[in-house]
Amino acid sequence: MSPAAPSPAAGTNGRRQPRHRRGGPILLACAMALTGCGGGADPAGGDGETITVFAAASLRGVFESLAEDYEARNPGSEVVLNFAGSSDLATQIEAGAPADVFASADAPTMERLAEAGLIDGEPGEFARNRLTIAVPPGNPAGVEGFTDLAGVRLVACAPQVPCGAAATRIQEITGVRLSPVSEESSVTEVLGKVISGEADAGLVYVTDALAAAGKVEAVSIPEAAEVPNSYLIGAVAPGAPEGAQAFIDTVTGSTGQTLLKDAGFQPPADRP
Amino acid sequence: MTGTAPLAAPDRVRGPRAGFSGLPLWLFVVAALGALFILLPLAAIVVRVDWTRFPELVTSESSIAALKLSLTTSAAATTLCILAGTPMALVLARSAFPGQQVLRALVLLPLVLPPVVGGIALLYTFGRQGLLGGTLSTLGVDIAFSTTAVVLAQTFVALPFLVLSLEGALRSAGGRYEAVAATLGASPTTVLRRVTIPLVLPGLLSGAVLSFARALGEFGATLTFAGSLQGVTRTLPLEIYLQRETDPDAAVALSLVLVAVAVLVVALAHRSSGSAVR
Repeated sequence: MSPAAPSPAAGTNGRRQPRHRRGGPILLACAMALTGCGGGADPAGGDGETITVFAAASLRGVFESLAEDYEARNPGSEVVLNFAGSSDLATQIEAGAPADVFASADAPTMERLAEAGLIDGEPGEFARNRLTIAVPPGNPAGVEGFTDLAGVRLVACAPQVPCGAAATRIQEITGVRLSPVSEESSVTEVLGKVISGEADAGLVYVTDALAAAGKVEAVSIPEAAEVPNSYLIGAVAPGAPEGAQAFIDTVTGSTGQTLLKDAGFQPPADRP
Repeated sequence: MTGTAPLAAPDRVRGPRAGFSGLPLWLFVVAALGALFILLPLAAIVVRVDWTRFPELVTSESSIAALKLSLTTSAAATTLCILAGTPMALVLARSAFPGQQVLRALVLLPLVLPPVVGGIALLYTFGRQGLLGGTLSTLGVDIAFSTTAVVLAQTFVALPFLVLSLEGALRSAGGRYEAVAATLGASPTTVLRRVTIPLVLPGLLSGAVLSFARALGEFGATLTFAGSLQGVTRTLPLEIYLQRETDPDAAVALSLVLVAVAVLVVALAHRSSGSAVR
């Protein structure tokens, strides 16, 4: 998730994340998730393993904390993280990239891999996200809601990518026709153009706006709740190590859910 | 990077053409491997193309719009490169002043800068909040998200190619004819128009062709600075990047179109610089 990935290959994202300090994260995790430590609600995986996790760019903050937490609870094991657009990651996995766990920001991308037999078992929904309007600080164009977007310099995602598909669904619900000045291929690009003040408004995920708090302001779209994006996670087949499932359980368990909620994600459908 | 141009100064580098080369055999093997490294990925694209859908894929509305936009913006950028780059090359090649070496290095910087960095730099120059943004908007000029932004991004990355080619041609042509013309009473402008420019025309042409090729391939600066909208700012490379998301076959087909254009351009550049040899 570099500011503007110029190359289709996500090579720079594939580098190993720095090893995390031990000790501190345990306390941190205890503070954040009451059941995370004493309760033993999150199962432990095999020791001394390296688990490679490919995750959608919007999950960066949450998954970095989760990796620290997992490593602290499973001494000797290591979580290697690779963040990029879901579609890019799926293409990399199809081409044989060494992933053990895949977390996508929309259902179609995960289904694509599942149909190709690259996912072990049934992938599960672990979070939901929805669109919001990001505006530069002070809201210079005075955007108050989705209807106002028709008259301002708006940047959105192209309909071909998940965030753009979500914007199209909201247009269908509200009947408001938008004409963005630019249709970007990633939500990062949209956010960048709002932060730099080039755009009056941008359609981004709630979690993006929250992570960029201070640099952008958010104007909520009530209708967006009707058409959320599903985040799915699954172990990559074949040959995912034992720890892969343990890491997935950490994401779907209380530790993961608390961190996801703090980052602005909605809970999955089966547990409102 | 700051020496004379390697791109278009073939007059002095012609060595023995055939027969005894004096090179060890293993060198040819390594050279062949190097050539294969470039040719194999190109062949891979050709192999991957879905030929039955090819005509339909490259003639879709969005593909045609992207191709048209790419060709017109690249042509505009090349014109700007010629207009701005020719005087720059002349000054760098034919005059001497303090700091000239530093200036040359700076002018060539876009060659080595990542295009994204170029895009960010342009954004903070011509963007709404940029250095010139306030002045421009008082004048009623709004560059961001417009086709003009695409042309500016392409010119920024392509200009060094023209300067480099032309400067090389100027240096290898030498200043003898100009000196003679001047002693015969021609004014500096007449000398430039009647002697210098005709003399280096092949170098100028090959520089223009290379600039066009670089402009055509521009991606990072455009994405960062101009945005992406069909028919306005979404050039062929941006269209390829977007199509990858949903229709990899379309992306491959369009990639092949760009490869074909690139081959054509390189062939043209080679011919025009080759004709410089008298």
